[in-house]
Amino acid sequence: MTGTELLLWVIVPYLCLAVFAGGHVWRYRYDKFGWTTRSSQLYERRLLRIASPLFHFGILAALGGHVMGLLIPKSWTEAAGVPEVAYHAVSLTFGTIAGVGTVVGMALLIYRRRTVGPVFSATTRNDKMMYVFLAVTIVLGLVTTVLTNLTGHPHDYRETVSPYFRSVFYLQPQGELMAEAPLGFQLHVMSAWLLLAIWPFTRLVHVFSAPVGYLTRPYIPYRSRDDVAGSRKVKPGWEPVATSSRRP
Amino acid sequence: MRVMAQMAMVMNLDKCIGCHTCSVTCKQAWTNRSGVEYVWFNNVETRPGQGYPRTYQDQERWKGGWALNRRGNLSLKAGGRVKKLLSIFSNPLMPSIQDYYEPWTYDYETLTNAPAQEHTPVARPKSLISGKDMKVQWSANWDDNLAGSPALTVEDPILKTLGDKVKLEFEQTFMFYLPRICEHCLNPSCAASCPSGAIYKREEDGIVLVDQDRCKGWRMCVTGCPYKKIYFNHRTGKAEKCTFCYPRVEVGIPTVCAETCVGRLRYIGIVLYDADRVLEAASVEDEHELYMAQRSLLLDPDDPEVQREAELAGIPRDWITAAQKSPVWALINRFEIALPLHPEYRTMPMVWYIPPLSPVVDRLTETGHDGEDAKSLFGAIDALRIPISYLAELFTAGDPKPVRDVLARLAAMRSFMRDINLGREPDVSIPDSVGMTPEDIEDMHRLLAIAKYEDRYVIPTAHVEGADPQELAHKLEETAAECSLDYDGGPGMGGSGPFGESSGGASPLAVENFHMLKQRQTSDTFVDPADKRRRVNLLNWDGKGAGKDLFPPREGEHRGAPDIAQGAAGTDSPGVVEPRP
Repeated sequence: MTGTELLLWVIVPYLCLAVFAGGHVWRYRYDKFGWTTRSSQLYERRLLRIASPLFHFGILAALGGHVMGLLIPKSWTEAAGVPEVAYHAVSLTFGTIAGVGTVVGMALLIYRRRTVGPVFSATTRNDKMMYVFLAVTIVLGLVTTVLTNLTGHPHDYRETVSPYFRSVFYLQPQGELMAEAPLGFQLHVMSAWLLLAIWPFTRLVHVFSAPVGYLTRPYIPYRSRDDVAGSRKVKPGWEPVATSSRRP
Repeated sequence: MRVMAQMAMVMNLDKCIGCHTCSVTCKQAWTNRSGVEYVWFNNVETRPGQGYPRTYQDQERWKGGWALNRRGNLSLKAGGRVKKLLSIFSNPLMPSIQDYYEPWTYDYETLTNAPAQEHTPVARPKSLISGKDMKVQWSANWDDNLAGSPALTVEDPILKTLGDKVKLEFEQTFMFYLPRICEHCLNPSCAASCPSGAIYKREEDGIVLVDQDRCKGWRMCVTGCPYKKIYFNHRTGKAEKCTFCYPRVEVGIPTVCAETCVGRLRYIGIVLYDADRVLEAASVEDEHELYMAQRSLLLDPDDPEVQREAELAGIPRDWITAAQKSPVWALINRFEIALPLHPEYRTMPMVWYIPPLSPVVDRLTETGHDGEDAKSLFGAIDALRIPISYLAELFTAGDPKPVRDVLARLAAMRSFMRDINLGREPDVSIPDSVGMTPEDIEDMHRLLAIAKYEDRYVIPTAHVEGADPQELAHKLEETAAECSLDYDGGPGMGGSGPFGESSGGASPLAVENFHMLKQRQTSDTFVDPADKRRRVNLLNWDGKGAGKDLFPPREGEHRGAPDIAQGAAGTDSPGVVEPRP
């Protein structure tokens, strides 16, 4: 592993992952109130009706594909009797469908965000930056998938990118594997690491509040009033003057 | 039996004059912030009319509340949990801003900045959503007092159910106001619709609240509430709703809307109910039975068995006493004149209404009859079938009988009490004919017509560990003040946090006071529209000394003269206003 490889595929990824994890913990503790989807449906709903489900279901499908391609080792699928050609055909087909859905949905959403006045004025700088990172990552992913397959010899990312990705989590990073991958994959992976680094500081945090608990919880939640004086929690640093014995 | 206490309200519609004071004071207290410009936790709508948001009562369109499914089980009308999660990326049943109205302000600056010209400059309406010029086309009470009738009124979903024939006739005979807040339902469909579980019902008093930290802005509650009393704050991306002014109610004072009501038509008290039977009552098959099913949930606080169960459930003694004295309980179950709004939504709403008799009386007097004579009143109630069916569509899922009974009781009270007030022999057959005793009628009259403050509001204070009511009241001051100062660019507004609008915490009042005081003392201009922070703030003016430019200059003085208070401290200037011992 050369120094560049070490920097690009080991140091930067671990930094990004650390920021990703630490950032979420910090954001959750500091800013629960700001943790929201910040929906703009109230302003405009016709475009959103098509674009938002297209984008979200597309990217969820793409996520499923990534879990399959990155986390399941090639040896497992081969042991299960799935030949490389068949695997590749399936992944290419579904990947392309999901990718195109995501990109079209995202294009519509960005178009909507730019052209619908109220939506645009509700867009912060933070949002714009996030859109750049997200769009670059997604487009690079789709372009790589489609292009490498059109140019005759499709690259088998399950020999390079996938083991590299897993090795990061084994804490035995094999950066040299990434160096073997074509440039498209390298760019996609790098932009994804960077996206993870900004993730906790953008509206993307709403991904981690996907309300799956709704399926099992009782319909009507009951809660007791907070047993503190007054109904608001005291802000840190603003506790009332009291001796320790008087403190509730 | 699982006894729970519920804070509830009754509104006497006869007394509502449609002045919107409740709406305005509520807005000043709670929704005077950017992001909720279009939001009225309390609104007053003219009936017949479209309501706010437009046609919200048309549940075939908006799918709010509960319905019985094919197997006869209670389920959310907009679809179950899986369907909700699948439509989370774009909720097809959420009203758009146009269904409420596009909030606006006026370009007042042109009035002062315009150069000298032949024509008077005008302040043009500007949208608070897009910031652009706009044409004002709708508002929260656009069809107030039947304005735009009949073109707008025919869209009233209730009138539509009554059929074409009656529409015009109805408008000619009948009009009343319907003030609405959140119903704080026993079976809240908003809470059931919330994917995050952020909306909850408080165990102590049944107030339904949104946990602002847990809300993630999925918007399903807006659909779930059939009364459309949950609003989406488009700046913070969170749901907001009427809080029953819980910081006030906790210290024993009525809600802002009730306190400021000019007609004194609101009653607040607690009722005890059996939480175990809520689902059963909400699942009654016949819609006409729902009103009685809902009433049957309420428990008699004078029943020793109920009292025992209530104490076992941890309800404090003074709350049980308050339930016994509750005007709400009396109006619903003793006098039987308060009805729930739209029981057919099956949410078991806890804001009840006394249907209006006054339009009937007005109609009678207009036609030359005696509007307070029992016989002609009873006759008129039976004759005015259309208004009664309209009221029945609002309050009893279309069953006219309970409405007729209530109006008969109100009419009986009117004519029975008239005889007493005029010193005549009261006619005891009148109470008899509506199944009441003369004492009942007199008690009802005391509660409805005299309506003393302490009779209208029987609000037990919250029991909080380690805090006396005074301390709570002090806290309340902070809460209320914090809220009204949170306007855009105002002293309470910390500006946008690093993660989008309003992220991070709010600054405490003490810090705000400090900043304002400092600004007041160091600023050299009176009003600088570009920066509201520099205005002299009357809210925290301590009464001592006059802020520079707070008053017009005295004779012989010019603007920019030393501050009066400073002068007093220094030389013995003639500007001393403070009385000296």
